[in-house]
Amino acid sequence: MDLAFTKEEQGFREEVRKFLRSNVWPELRRKMVEGRHVSKEDMVAWWRILNEQGWAVSHWPKKYGGTGWSPVQHYIFREEIQMYPAPTPLAFGVGMVGPVIYTFGSEAQKRYYLPRIANVDDWWCQGFSEPGAGSDLASLKMKAERKGNKWIISGQKTWTTLAQYADMIFCLCRTDPTAKKQSGISFILVDMRSKGITVRPIQTIDGGHEVNEVFFDDVEAPVENLVGEENKGWEYAKFLLGNERTGIARVGVSKERIRRIRKLASKIGSSGRPLIEDPALREKLAACEVELKALELTQLRVVANEGRHGKGVPDPASSMLKIKGSEIQQTTTELLMELIGPFAAPYDEHPESSCETIDFAAQIAPSYFNNRKVSIYGGSDEIQRNIITRAVLGL
Amino acid sequence: MDFELSEEQRLLKESIDGLLGNAYDFEQRKKYIKEKGGWSRGIWSRLAEQGLLGLPFADTEGGFGGGAVETLIVMEALGRALVLEPYLPTVVIGGGFLRQGGSTEQKAVHIPSIIHGRSTFAFAQLEKHSRYDLNDVATSAKRNADGWIIDGEKFVVVNGANADVLIVTVRTKGAQRDQTGLGVFLVPSTADGISKKSYPTQDGLHAADVTFKGVEVGDEAVIGDPEDALPLIERVVDDARTALCAEAVGLMDESLKTTVEYMKTRKQFGVPIGSFQSLQHRAADMFVALEQARSMSMFATMAASFDDNTERAMAVAAAKVQIGRSGKFIGQQSIQLHGGIGMTMEAKIGHYFKRLTMIENTFGNSGYHLRRISEGGALI
Repeated sequence: MDLAFTKEEQGFREEVRKFLRSNVWPELRRKMVEGRHVSKEDMVAWWRILNEQGWAVSHWPKKYGGTGWSPVQHYIFREEIQMYPAPTPLAFGVGMVGPVIYTFGSEAQKRYYLPRIANVDDWWCQGFSEPGAGSDLASLKMKAERKGNKWIISGQKTWTTLAQYADMIFCLCRTDPTAKKQSGISFILVDMRSKGITVRPIQTIDGGHEVNEVFFDDVEAPVENLVGEENKGWEYAKFLLGNERTGIARVGVSKERIRRIRKLASKIGSSGRPLIEDPALREKLAACEVELKALELTQLRVVANEGRHGKGVPDPASSMLKIKGSEIQQTTTELLMELIGPFAAPYDEHPESSCETIDFAAQIAPSYFNNRKVSIYGGSDEIQRNIITRAVLGL
Repeated sequence: MDFELSEEQRLLKESIDGLLGNAYDFEQRKKYIKEKGGWSRGIWSRLAEQGLLGLPFADTEGGFGGGAVETLIVMEALGRALVLEPYLPTVVIGGGFLRQGGSTEQKAVHIPSIIHGRSTFAFAQLEKHSRYDLNDVATSAKRNADGWIIDGEKFVVVNGANADVLIVTVRTKGAQRDQTGLGVFLVPSTADGISKKSYPTQDGLHAADVTFKGVEVGDEAVIGDPEDALPLIERVVDDARTALCAEAVGLMDESLKTTVEYMKTRKQFGVPIGSFQSLQHRAADMFVALEQARSMSMFATMAASFDDNTERAMAVAAAKVQIGRSGKFIGQQSIQLHGGIGMTMEAKIGHYFKRLTMIENTFGNSGYHLRRISEGGALI
């Protein structure tokens, strides 16, 4: 047992840091630090720089453009991007549909889509949740019928993140209405510019526009857009959701936020002294740091154990990362709220600019509101507890 | 970065798990607790036979050269079986002072007798006013022509009545709370002027309040620098805290296992209570608390080899905080999920809860260590 990073791992961390310093432009970094809106153009430009470096799809198999790094290197890479901070690669393409395509897709799909995902030539979004299918995802209703060489798709998806930017959507569709819930679902790729697709924005409590409803009205997709076998989509979805949980603890994000808390707490005064001198606040911060340190090590234990559960089978312990990671992310945003106190109030309808009364309070309240989502998306905390109950405790 | 046990460490784990699996179930423990002093000499001999009492000592001293990871393995196992025998005060603390600060002569006298199970130790540190501050010492050791004279009172000295040797923290110079002017003395428990009041503790161990009245010892009793022993005390107490963290992980692990097992068998409303979601989610949260604790126990273990003393101290403090919080949650919820039966002396689960609770209150509780971290700077 040796919990220290090796010299090589530390060298790798330095390499990633150096790359970030010389390639993330200051304005992008500032926006990330302050939790401001980052434009589609900015994100794509940054991800293309990553792709040029060969790091856009780092965890994919080498033959599809991956790096061949060790699990620990992947961990370091992700953590450094989150801490810098810079946008992490688009999860829907790189983390979700990409691995499904190279694992279950046809040769033609691999050849066409994988390089386009790496270079963000297509912006992907995820068509899973429906108004009646949230935690009970398998009860989804959106229908795809095969007519000749086309799928005809009708129904509605919701919570579709950044669908307003998307070129492509991967959908779970019901293709066999007579089969039992989990059977009869297929995994189909659809062009977002197809006739019959309507995207309606959903404004979230922070005032932002991240998620959307997507309506499908007899939308046509070529038959070859089916991934893998018909009616096996649930299997691919489970595989995908398992991938989603690795790295969902977002330890780097919380670390960066703790640094921000410390910085702000030395700047903001209360009763004539900086808040950082308030023992009650310091203890709350220390308690959060202890939990985060523990989570970081727990995550590394899961990382080190990767692959032991069989290829593509997620470690049920990663559910624990989701629960704790969400809790800590939310705690850090709560601490920031506590710091800014009365200056949380001003609401800025144009968060691209900087017109808050107190500049350092920028986006802290919206980020607090927005972060309530992290214990809901990607399988809510309660679903994660169900997974632990079954897969770990055997109850 | 490597979380695996080596081949030798795996064998060690098998060996202690095997020994305790055979000789230390909850019923057998009830017998050991009735033996003189509240623990079993038979078990102590078997620990010696298997080399476990010599684990952390160097080969040249007759030991096995084990490090912090080996201690973690043993302490976790001792926790899982709720072991009563004085491994912590003897091997971890007594052995720790000898290894880190003992002279060649002291090592030659005491280490073999620990390894062969001939003597046990107790750590006389706590005073009425000191609470968790290691520097707050009023018990005095004053020089005279032949050596030293010790006067003072020590409290809740675990294994104090049984121990052959007491390790006593004393003030040789300066004011009660000074950082310097402290010494550590090895005192035979039968020395003239020592009186003990012995009692059982909440977790089934035994402790004593020990009074020193004009106790005379020679220079051979002094471990390390008689006027500047605080760094040594902090070092050994950090190792003891780390060992307690590992013991607590063993206790939590077994508590959760026992509770989940109970949830599978106990039926109400015609079904196992483990089929109720509110109880399942509680158990899932206990699992999360356990794994966070396990990670921090490993972190403290790793910190034993940090060169920087402050960094080591902060890591151990952080581990103690996490263990305290996880231990309280798992301990309390284990009782809750057991229902009425969890409240009885007869069921083993309550005894795990009690030991976890006493660990939280030993060598600094989570509030104390949280304050140290918040005053000591950044962990992240």
